[in-house]
Amino acid sequence: MDQVQDIISNDHALLSKFEEHVQAGEAVEPRDWMPEAYRKHLIRQISQHAHSEVIGMQPEGNWITRAPSLRAKQILLAKIQDEGGHGLYLYSAAETLGITRTEMIEQLHTGKAKYSNIFNYPSLTWADIGAIGWLVDGAAIVNQVSLQRTSYAPYSRAMVRICKEESFHQRQGYEIMAKMMKGTAEQREMAQDAMNRWWWPSLMMFGPHDSDSPHAADAFRWKIKRHTNDELRQKFIDKTVPQAELIGLTVPDPHLKWNDAKGGYDHGEINWEEFKQVINGNGPCNKQRLQHHKQVHDNGAWVREAAEAYKARTNNQSSN
Amino acid sequence: MTQQEALFKYILRLGDNALIHSHRLSEWCSNAPFLEEDLALTNLALDMIGRAQALLQYAGNVEGKGRTEDTLAYRRSERQYYNNLLVELPNTDFAYTIARLLFISAFEKEYYAALQKSADSTLAAIAAKTLKEIKYHFAHAHDWTIRLGMGTEESHQRIQNAVNDWWMYTSELFEMDETDDQLVKDGMVPDLKALYPAWLQTITDTLKAASLNMPVTGYMQTGSRKGIHTEHLGHLLSEMQYLQRAYPDAEW
Repeated sequence: MDQVQDIISNDHALLSKFEEHVQAGEAVEPRDWMPEAYRKHLIRQISQHAHSEVIGMQPEGNWITRAPSLRAKQILLAKIQDEGGHGLYLYSAAETLGITRTEMIEQLHTGKAKYSNIFNYPSLTWADIGAIGWLVDGAAIVNQVSLQRTSYAPYSRAMVRICKEESFHQRQGYEIMAKMMKGTAEQREMAQDAMNRWWWPSLMMFGPHDSDSPHAADAFRWKIKRHTNDELRQKFIDKTVPQAELIGLTVPDPHLKWNDAKGGYDHGEINWEEFKQVINGNGPCNKQRLQHHKQVHDNGAWVREAAEAYKARTNNQSSN
Repeated sequence: MTQQEALFKYILRLGDNALIHSHRLSEWCSNAPFLEEDLALTNLALDMIGRAQALLQYAGNVEGKGRTEDTLAYRRSERQYYNNLLVELPNTDFAYTIARLLFISAFEKEYYAALQKSADSTLAAIAAKTLKEIKYHFAHAHDWTIRLGMGTEESHQRIQNAVNDWWMYTSELFEMDETDDQLVKDGMVPDLKALYPAWLQTITDTLKAASLNMPVTGYMQTGSRKGIHTEHLGHLLSEMQYLQRAYPDAEW
């Protein structure tokens, strides 16, 4: 009995020490004591982030073989490679919390782990590659800049590295759009169409209004999260609208209006029903993306097994 | 054929080989057996696009008719392409991709080393840069051939099949036509026949280290020097050239 009490009061002491540490703005390293809920929250968030980078390779990869110039092909391929690299850092960051990449991939395949909803939309024309770089990466940057100061140090370090590359991605996406808007009537139409299809899903990337966000309270207390979904969304809108106007694109929101008093744009209501449907697996590409990932993983099993077998064999030889 | 015409045609061949091989490798993006390999294969593809760009740009300059690297890549039809048949074959599976990379990089390792001595300073400079990349490509193919050959029974069988099936496309790498003869004479490009023994030795050594058998040499495929390809190239080009062909007035 005494022992149990000791453990409980010890846990309380650790927890309050942890919370003080985090409140003081100190970083948490993998070996530090942390509450189980903090660990779980981070595993969920970081693995979701890693899976998003990897699944995001699909809609962009869809255009590599059709990129319209050698330069465009080179830039797109390099960009997708960066995304894959981000996936790697993030899987490693999550692994510091005691989960393996194999387990994370399994959770992705069973549907326990999610990835960003945005990649459940199709990339239909070349202008979508511009829109993804400009809007989707643009939204991701706003979120990731804020995460550079997240309390878990390996996550924060990964974000610092990732942000450097993402700002280049956003510029390349914007460049594609700008070029098309200066091009033929067909190109301008293609660019505006991509804008129309990607604008609202990009706003949804920031997640539900804070009042409807299920994990928000803990995330703020532990300084995993430092800005609300709505704050970040507002920041994105304020930054992006002038960029759209500059190249002659129309933002597909009739309610969009500058609000002098708040120093930002007011915008129309997001279609939360669509958001909910896509999250629940009913988006245009949910099944396709996941099935593709599973199929590639299954097709590659013999290669991974061969590499393992060869490693085991050479390890045996060197130990004999 | 003037030297200029010969050189133009010859550089197209080099550029096309890099471009089409890079296209096949880029198809592995988000399709590789694991993430690190996805990045590695697309990295090779990136090297090759860079090389294709430099070569096709130079070909356009040599021709002197104002064609850019993009016009040459995106506005020629299958009969005007001169890449070796081997690079246009579909990826099939990871083993076939590695077998092809082994055959090609072992060849290019010798080829670009020799091309560094070209009397044409642009080709010599491109060769020097390319050679650094090829060494890495070869190491990647070599190590995987061994891993697959010595891995599991399945991987051994798969890489052996790949090596056997695609062996018939390898002698084309060394074929020489009147373009070669003329440029070799002028010290512009290497004699391909002279590269064969070193290539064969590399392949023999690698397969042996992977405990794989040397394929039996039978009838060899040919055609690309005359722009005669497999059925696969047409599909590859119709995909690659789609936007440029569909919107001929657009700039991207």
